[in-house]
Order: sequence, then structure tokens, then C-alpha cells
Amino acid sequence: MYNGLKIIIGLLIFVAFVTFPFYSKMGKATTKPDPKIDTPVIQELAEKKCVEPKDFMKTEHMKMLNDWRDLVVREGNLIYVASDGGKYIMSLQNTCMNCHSNKKKFCDECHNYSAVVPYCWDCHIQPKENKT
Amino acid sequence: MSINRRQFIKIAGISTIMGLGGTSAVDLLQRNWLEAAQYSPDPKALTAKRWAMVVDVSKLKTEDDYKNIMDACHRVHNVPELGNPKDEIKWIWKETYEHAFPGQEHEYLTEGIKHKPFLMLCNHCDNPPCVRVCPTKATFKRKDGIVMMDMHRCIGCRFCMAGCPFGARSFNWKDPRPFIKEENKEFPTRMKGVVEKCTFCYERLAKGLIPACVEASQEAAKKAGTKPGLVFGDLSDPNSEVRRILSSHFSIRRKSELGTQPSVYYIIGGNDHA
Ligand code: SF4
Ligand code: SF4
Repeated sequence: MYNGLKIIIGLLIFVAFVTFPFYSKMGKATTKPDPKIDTPVIQELAEKKCVEPKDFMKTEHMKMLNDWRDLVVREGNLIYVASDGGKYIMSLQNTCMNCHSNKKKFCDECHNYSAVVPYCWDCHIQPKENKT
Repeated sequence: MSINRRQFIKIAGISTIMGLGGTSAVDLLQRNWLEAAQYSPDPKALTAKRWAMVVDVSKLKTEDDYKNIMDACHRVHNVPELGNPKDEIKWIWKETYEHAFPGQEHEYLTEGIKHKPFLMLCNHCDNPPCVRVCPTKATFKRKDGIVMMDMHRCIGCRFCMAGCPFGARSFNWKDPRPFIKEENKEFPTRMKGVVEKCTFCYERLAKGLIPACVEASQEAAKKAGTKPGLVFGDLSDPNSEVRRILSSHFSIRRKSELGTQPSVYYIIGGNDHA
């Protein structure tokens, strides 16, 4: 083998480089996302529930919001009748964020963890958060 | 073991079919939940077969009459003020007779008309060229005649701006947020790179409110004890106020020769409508 040493050193550097993200985090536990729902509006709710059950919202909220926007903007609807019969205005900015006024501790908590960057906030105004 | 070409294609075909079937079954299960969901318009919503507006410029006298109306629209819709005509974003604006109705002007027009500002907005054309050219259907015509903007879909190609013969559309060259004086927290802003225009206040109609400009004009008129300069209503209803005014006054539309069939009518004459 020509230049065997150089090739092996090169390979070692390469392997060290691509596995860097793994061993640099080895043994360190990453903090699990922990979305908070302790906003004033939610605190005052008699029964602390979202428009649909929590597990559904956890996995499907993005699809639901996508449906809502087409239903409102393109089809002229406004009212959502939830599976338990409750009626809600379909609006991210006015309905969702009215309760979840803690975007940083609610939305961003998981979005940052899973490295998704939804572009909702380019246009929809996020609630003013008091820095406490 | 070697497989020949025929076997390979068979296996590939079967696994593709199974793969497709597999994903769609999962999709179907999830979609069913959402599809079972119920939704409806607000029962209070204002509806029409074809919304239209009448602008009676003889009712708009002072600078404040115009400002009041334009500010009302721009305030509720978070329209930025960029302070530079090149970047200007406008939903409703003033124009001279000569620019509003090109080809209709002549040298001996009354002074009153020559220097009178006319209020312009999107005409919500019945045959809108902007909709025809939009490649993403970001701008589309609703059943009630409103030419809508779906900001989620706009890719900022500006075909619609080239298509619209009325200059009703503005492009966001910059992030508009720093230029909004006071945000209306209930309405979104826009972002850099999308086109915007008047939407006949679809969001207010959906809640049972008339457009913001018409409301401002009515309030001002009530205070002054006059008739409002803007009237909004259903063009397909012979008893609506817009139809009553149109049947008793001479009215014109902008560039009607182009065949876009605008839904905004202008009354130039002076006498009061009933
Ligand atoms: S005025 Fe322009 S933007 Fe409005 S509907 Fe007509 S063509 Fe489209
Ligand atoms: S700029 Fe937006 S609304 Fe206009 S034609 Fe392009 S995609 Fe459609």
C-alpha cells in the first residue's frame, strides 16, 4: 500500500470528525422539552382542556392548524366544533395564543428541541410576554 | 442467487404497491379524525352574492374625510407606513381624476373635478386578471365576489401586480413590522416578499361587521349629519343600498373598457342619495 500511514491517519481524522456530534454529547443527558401551560388564562379555566384531547393536539396540532387556515382563509369558515361539541373560533393568533400566551415556554420548547422552525410568526403576531 | 430482470421488476412493483398502500392507510386513519371535525361560518356573518362598493366623492370634502377613512383601513390591517413612495404599501389611497379614469380627462373639466382626490381600492373585479395569472392560487375569487389573498401561498412572483390594471397591489420589499405604528393584535402582519391588497374586510364580514372604511365613513357622516361617502352592499340584490344608489345616479367604473368588471362604482355628481 502506498502512503499507508497518511491514509490511515486521514481516515482516523475523518471518523473522529463525523462521529464528533455523538461522543461530544455522550453521557450528557439532554434536557427533555417541558412545555408549560401555567398562563393566567389557562389558570382560570374551570376545566383545563384544549380544543381537542391533549394527546391528539400533541401529535396533530400542525395538521389541524393547516386545516384551519384553509377552512378560514380559503373556504370562509370561522367556527370549529370540537369532538366534545365545544365551539371555537379557528384562529392561531386569537384563539390558540389567547390561552397559550407563553409562546417561549410552550411552542418554542418543543420546536427548538426538535429543530423545527414554523414560519407562523413571520406574520402572526405573537403574544407580548412579560419576562418573569 | 441471481435474479433476472423480469423478477426484479416484479418484486420492485409489488413492494411499491405495498408501500403506497401502507402509507395511505396510515394517512387515512389520521385524516379521518380531522375530516370528522365539524366547522361552519359564524351565523352572524354578513353574506352576499356579489359584494360591491359605491364611492360618492361629492360626500368627501375635507382632507380629514379622506384621512379618516384611509387610516381606519390601514390601522386594522397593520398596513405599514414606509414613508417612501417606491416601497409604499397601500390598500386604499387617493388618486387624481386624470389618473383614476385615464382617457376620460380633458382640458375643460370643472375645477372641482380636476383637483378632487378620488378614493381608490382593489375593485374586486368580476373577471380579475390578477387571479388568472397567479401561479399558486394565492389570490382567488370567492363565491361572494371578493378577490382574496391567501398570504400562506404567495410566493412573491408579482405576476398579479403586472396583471392588475389598477395598481391595487403592493409588494413588501422589506419586513413591514418595524413600520407599523400601532399593531392590531387581532390581525396578522405580512412578511417580506409577499403581495398584499384590500380584501373587502373579509375578516370583519365573517364576524358580522361591515368593512372598516365604510364604518369610518358612516361614523363621520353621522357626526356631521351628512350622508356617508362609502356605501357597501350586495350588487345582486335589487333592494340593497348600493343598487338603489346605482339606479338613481350616474356612475362610472375605472377602466371598464378593459372588461375586468370592477365592483367599485364612482358617483361624481352632487345631489344626495336617498
Ligand atoms: S382591482 Fe386589480 S387586484 Fe383587484 S381584483 Fe381587479 S385586477 Fe385584481
Ligand atoms: S405575487 Fe403572490 S399573489 Fe401575486 S401572482 Fe405571485 S403568488 Fe400570486
